[in-house]
Amino acid sequence: MKLSVNGVPHEVEADPATPLLYVLRNDLKLNGAKFGCGLGQCGACTVMVDGKAVFSCLTPVMLVEGRQIKTVEGLGTLDEPGPMQAAFIEEQAAQCGYCIAGMMMRAQALLEAKPDAGDADIRQALEPNLCRCGTHMRILRAVARARDKMRSTSAASSGTTGRAS
Amino acid sequence: MNAPDFPDVTRRGFLAGAGALVVSFTIPVHAQEAANPAPAPAKPLALPGSLADTPLLDAWIRIDADGSITVFTGKAELGQGTKTSLRQIAAEELEIEPAAIRLITADTALTPDEGYTAGSQTIQNSGTAIRYASAQVRQILVAKASEKLGVPVEQLKAQAGKVVGPGGVVVGYGALVAVDFLHVNAAADTWLKAPETYHAIGKPFARVDIPAKVTGGEAFVQDMRLPGMVHARVVRPPSYAAKLTGFNEVAVKAMPGVVAMVHDGDFLAVVARQEFQAVKAMRALAMTATWQEQAALPDQDQIPAFLEKSVAKVGIVTSVGADTMPGARTIEAQFTRAYQMHGSIGPSSAVAIVDNGLTTVWTHTQGVYPDRKAIAQMLDVPPEKVRCIHAEGSGCYGHNGADDAAADAALIAQALPGTPVRVQWMRDQEHLWEPYGPAMLTRTSATLDDKGSIVSWHYDLWSNNHGTRPGSAGSLIAGRLMAKHFAPDPAKLQISPLGNGDRNAIPLYDVPNQRVNWHFVADMPVRVSALRGLGAYCNVFSIESFMDELALAANADRVEYRLRHLNDARARKVIEVAAEKFGWSNDPMPEGRGRGFAFAKYKNHAAYLAIALEADVDRDSGAIAISHVVCAVDCGEAVAPDSIVNQTEGGILQSLSWTLYEAVHFDDTRILSADWSAYPILRFSAVPDSLEVHVVDNPGSPYLGVAEAAQGPTAGAIANAFRHATGKRIHDLPYTRERVKAVLGV
Repeated sequence: MKLSVNGVPHEVEADPATPLLYVLRNDLKLNGAKFGCGLGQCGACTVMVDGKAVFSCLTPVMLVEGRQIKTVEGLGTLDEPGPMQAAFIEEQAAQCGYCIAGMMMRAQALLEAKPDAGDADIRQALEPNLCRCGTHMRILRAVARARDKMRSTSAASSGTTGRAS
Repeated sequence: MNAPDFPDVTRRGFLAGAGALVVSFTIPVHAQEAANPAPAPAKPLALPGSLADTPLLDAWIRIDADGSITVFTGKAELGQGTKTSLRQIAAEELEIEPAAIRLITADTALTPDEGYTAGSQTIQNSGTAIRYASAQVRQILVAKASEKLGVPVEQLKAQAGKVVGPGGVVVGYGALVAVDFLHVNAAADTWLKAPETYHAIGKPFARVDIPAKVTGGEAFVQDMRLPGMVHARVVRPPSYAAKLTGFNEVAVKAMPGVVAMVHDGDFLAVVARQEFQAVKAMRALAMTATWQEQAALPDQDQIPAFLEKSVAKVGIVTSVGADTMPGARTIEAQFTRAYQMHGSIGPSSAVAIVDNGLTTVWTHTQGVYPDRKAIAQMLDVPPEKVRCIHAEGSGCYGHNGADDAAADAALIAQALPGTPVRVQWMRDQEHLWEPYGPAMLTRTSATLDDKGSIVSWHYDLWSNNHGTRPGSAGSLIAGRLMAKHFAPDPAKLQISPLGNGDRNAIPLYDVPNQRVNWHFVADMPVRVSALRGLGAYCNVFSIESFMDELALAANADRVEYRLRHLNDARARKVIEVAAEKFGWSNDPMPEGRGRGFAFAKYKNHAAYLAIALEADVDRDSGAIAISHVVCAVDCGEAVAPDSIVNQTEGGILQSLSWTLYEAVHFDDTRILSADWSAYPILRFSAVPDSLEVHVVDNPGSPYLGVAEAAQGPTAGAIANAFRHATGKRIHDLPYTRERVKAVLGV
């Protein structure tokens, strides 16, 4: 089975009914998506498929063959964190951190679809994801900060394009 | 049932008799470094913090010849940020940067035994020990440098990992290392640095664990992948006491990838090469397993009656002054709290391997040493044949499934020597089998004089023990289920300064005549243990709800009424700060909106916390929305201010969730709250618009545990805001929509 994860093609051997989550975590050794409920109730497993946030615990791997899968590992690295990751670090938006990667992926999907998302949009978008430590205020601030970072980056890059043309 | 008996030990008596215990947690003024240090006291002082149990300096700190420094703590990172704050503390006294420290946390082979990481005591106990040990190590290094350089100690100082002196003389820490030079006992009179010289304590340092957690690094025990590791799943009985009557072993063993099945009494597990294979085998095994169940749970609609009729013993928590006092009027109330869940987002997990007779378990337990003891007893081996290493898990907020998952992994791994076994609980297993925070019943009665001041206070609480941690093998699910059927430890009533079900049962308010009793319920038909705050959550909810009723009866402002009964200056301060920042007033509010206030000093000896908030009550739906929250907290010297804010914000939102939504449901046989739809918790739509936490810092004063301080006051403030908004009081937790509508007559 051919999978594209974070822009990298992979060939995996798995029962087609296997939830994407187990393939990401075990076959591809990606830690970002977490097992939380296996029921689509908590969002700890959230990843992006073709730009949309999905519960990887409920999604059989056969349904995502040939689609673009993105996990938190695809947002940046320890040395070069992407805007969403940098925003969460700057806001210190984690306690235990178990739910955080899922939060970031749902927020990323929102901001890619709606770069000017307002604070109410962010709140609404994150509704499917649970945090038990009570880090909600910081998560909301971090996503708003990521939005502002992404906006200024895209403004800067469109500015550059403007000068070049 | 035995008649209740009254032990003659009271909390106040205990406190008075154990004054040194309390003092040992403090940083005495004379021990702080000052221009004119006070002479050493004639009597030896008790060693501070966890040094009392582990006095050798090299149990805490190691310096290698290359100058690298390793600090050891018996406490674990649970998401509170202690991997960062403990580094700050050590770095302060060792005169290095926090990032330069290698920190080893809870591991039975390497670190001190500091019991459980619980009760908001990491900074108070381990932090204090590391602080003193680091200060003494610095002094040893300076003394060694003095010998080596021939320069008097007074002319030398530690600075950035070196000892420096006049004329540019300098020697690095590494060059001062000698064999066993830190193998000495801690001294009680070590001088600590003065707050104005701090470079690490109280300064903003980013948490060291967050970068990995936001980039997909290996951060949790769930992320461990050892070579050759296999995946296990347990199959639990449908109810606590169910007996296994049959299952189809052959069919399950023949499933793809299955490498083992473990059957021991009522304990069942499957092991497969791949995780999803294990899940499928677990489902198949669960389908074929048959059980004999019995109805053993109390009526969930009659919990107060169950608690009242199950009292084994009555403990006197305090008894001060006269039993009754004449007054203008007496007011009474009764409050209850449902069984509530820890509800960790990541179900419990553990990895274990048996190698040459040694069972090593990576676990997110709060207590590696007690868990090791229980597992060793379960496996019938000496404790040294088990090693427990802490690896982070999802936030636990008390005794969740962590220890049990560790025991499952240890037991299953015995069937596959040499092979690492990873156990991952499923969602329903965590929901159904974790030990819940116990249900409680409280009754209060107070007499007011003609000015409205409280002259007499009676408080009675009914509760199980809130601590059934390992312990023994009988505290572990696997230990209970296996053929040996280890029995749970018998529940014992203990009245202690820390408190348990009686935590915060004594009001901090100045009341001359007090009676506080714990009606101890030993019988635990619903599995219970420590949930963040223990009894403090319900006791503070009850006391603070009641204080509002008394203020109303006295026709007093609710904040002023609290202050009227408080002489403690620090208590007054947090109340004043919270009220001022919130803009507390008695101005009229729109219909359905109310202000609430509450206060407590956690455990009556840890952090002071006051909270004010605004609630909107929607009559038609019964929904309560908390819009604005302001909190002030004083936890002594603030080591990591942002972590204090983070923990307090978290405590407030978690308590908001408990208070508005949470109750474990069950019928006469089975727990029914198997997932998040059956046990809803806070989601983003119900998060307040604003939440401010103000830290009242007290540099140089003792650390006061803070991480659990918000649980009770938040519930009290919500209750009081609801009362203010509607004119009605709800006495039972949680404040569900159904209850709201019932009390409003909708």
